[in-house]
Amino acid sequence: MAKLTGTVVIDIEHCKGCELCIDACPEKTLALSKSINKVGYRYAEQANDNCTGCANCSLMCPDSVITVYRKINK
Amino acid sequence: MSNFNSDIISPENLVYKKPSTLTDTPLHYCPGCGHGTVHKLLMEVIEEMGIQNDTIGVAPVGCSVFAYHYMDVDMQEAAHGRACAVATGIKRCFPERYVFTYQGDGDLAAIGTAETIHAANRGENILTIFINNGIYGMTSGQMAPTTLEGMVTTTSPHGRNVKEQGYPLKISDLIAPLPGVAYVTRQSVHKPANVRKLKKAIKQGLEYQKKGLGYCMIEVVSNCPSNLKISALEANKFVENEMLPFYPLGDIKVPEVK
Repeated sequence: MAKLTGTVVIDIEHCKGCELCIDACPEKTLALSKSINKVGYRYAEQANDNCTGCANCSLMCPDSVITVYRKINK
Repeated sequence: MSNFNSDIISPENLVYKKPSTLTDTPLHYCPGCGHGTVHKLLMEVIEEMGIQNDTIGVAPVGCSVFAYHYMDVDMQEAAHGRACAVATGIKRCFPERYVFTYQGDGDLAAIGTAETIHAANRGENILTIFINNGIYGMTSGQMAPTTLEGMVTTTSPHGRNVKEQGYPLKISDLIAPLPGVAYVTRQSVHKPANVRKLKKAIKQGLEYQKKGLGYCMIEVVSNCPSNLKISALEANKFVENEMLPFYPLGDIKVPEVK
């Protein structure tokens, strides 16, 4: 098991689908959704469980929709 | 929405969340715009320093004209370009408060050049955050003073010709030699590492203001995907490949007394 386990919670209704988080993710965890939100944007979502909680995605997100959690596995 | 590793979602594992000093109002900016990132960083620093009740911001005219809807601190709207003049008045009335102005390149480098340069020359103890995206965003992409040579905008359809329209203006380099200026730095928001550096710079600027060292300016080289008519990712590549060679990143002036 990976040493770091992370996950993200995305406020999909306020995501504008700019893809900056997807580009910033070193683990390629994030991807654009197939469905759209209320405003009509495709939103970012987690596509696999590779997340290490590095928080690069939330740093790049202009709309501050990403909350990051990380746990160190002992 | 699928959620992986949802068992670790608990307050003790929290790494990053939206700062409480930002309001819940959704930002009106275009997807991928650097304004949102800078708003967030500024508010994060204010939250970390615990100065929400002691900070007064001055909003400009431009894309970020509604900054007061998003920043949960005391804000004042200034006339176009006059944010530094308004901030001067506020700082002189409340010298113990932290005062910042948040301006774009059309506001600060075109119509507000006089106010900016004289506020800097007087050594007013304020922090200016200067968003430089090289284009007028709000009015749909006209040429700004900071537009690069050869860059196509709606008012320079054949590219900026320096013989007709002059050279791009480097405001940060222009004000750095003035004796009233304490801190001038140029940062960007196109990569996570640059975002981290910008956050440190904003914190540094507010700390210098607390010490009363003088005028501080943080220039942020940013993107404008909508008016360059490219995606946010391509706009960030444009920043990296085209704008940064002309606007090199780094500290231009740092005070000697730390």
